Amino acid sequence: MTVTSTRQAEIFVDPDVPLVRITREFDAPPEKVFRAHTDPGLVVQWLGPRGYEMRLDHFDCRTGGSYRYLHLADGEEYGFRGSFHEVRPSEVIVQTFTYEGMPDGVALERMVLEDLGDGRTRLVATSLVDSFEGRDAFVASGMETGIQESYQRLDELLAG
Amino acid sequence: MAADPLSRVFSALADPTRRDMVARLAVDDATLTELAEPYEVTVQAVSKHLRVLEDAGLVSRRRDAQRRPVHLEAEVFDLMTKWIERYRREAEQRYRRLDDVLQSMPDDVAPVPPATPPQPGATP
Repeated sequence: MTVTSTRQAEIFVDPDVPLVRITREFDAPPEKVFRAHTDPGLVVQWLGPRGYEMRLDHFDCRTGGSYRYLHLADGEEYGFRGSFHEVRPSEVIVQTFTYEGMPDGVALERMVLEDLGDGRTRLVATSLVDSFEGRDAFVASGMETGIQESYQRLDELLAG
Repeated sequence: MAADPLSRVFSALADPTRRDMVARLAVDDATLTELAEPYEVTVQAVSKHLRVLEDAGLVSRRRDAQRRPVHLEAEVFDLMTKWIERYRREAEQRYRRLDDVLQSMPDDVAPVPPATPPQPGATP
């Protein structure tokens, strides 16, 4: 289903495969949006969740490259890493994403940039998780007290 | 049909007629006949839609009452929409920070940073 808000991020949650898609438009040409996804000095300014310090271990955004970064909050460290499978400037980034606390879990992420003209870009970011387990866990525990934990776990699996 | 509970909810709401039925049940309980009224389909077809919503846990029907009104299980519905909306909001917050970064960048920026030899483990 789709939740739409004007000019804001739109979300699509696929009913048949464990997939989440976010669509968002930017007042900047594809070159700029791409650079903000590949330049480590820029990435660190926006990618981390609010309230967390984001520290890059390495971030080599090119085909065959890899990344690892840490989110730091309240003395806790959360590590994330993955490989850049395909990177084409101003067009597409295909990468894997793993939370190091669940090293067997991996999401396949595709970010596609569409040139809308007039210096505008549409970003379509799709995350495909490798099982419905996260969603099951959410429903099973969501009715009770474990809602925050399951939210957190889902976020870790799904968040890009 | 997808096997896990949340996927069943997503599947159930993927259909525009069922989404409309849920929107109407959010206002008040209704009988099958009342639900079928605005649609140009048979009561049987609406009954099928209703069964999908029931299987997903989104609606229930009281067994004891004569009219068997359909009741929206708002808790299940809210939980799912909250989960989706929370995820969307986090993405929106992230991309608002990206808006700021894009504004601060020079207009003639190259899509790729200048080439540097890969330095695994290095902190920029």
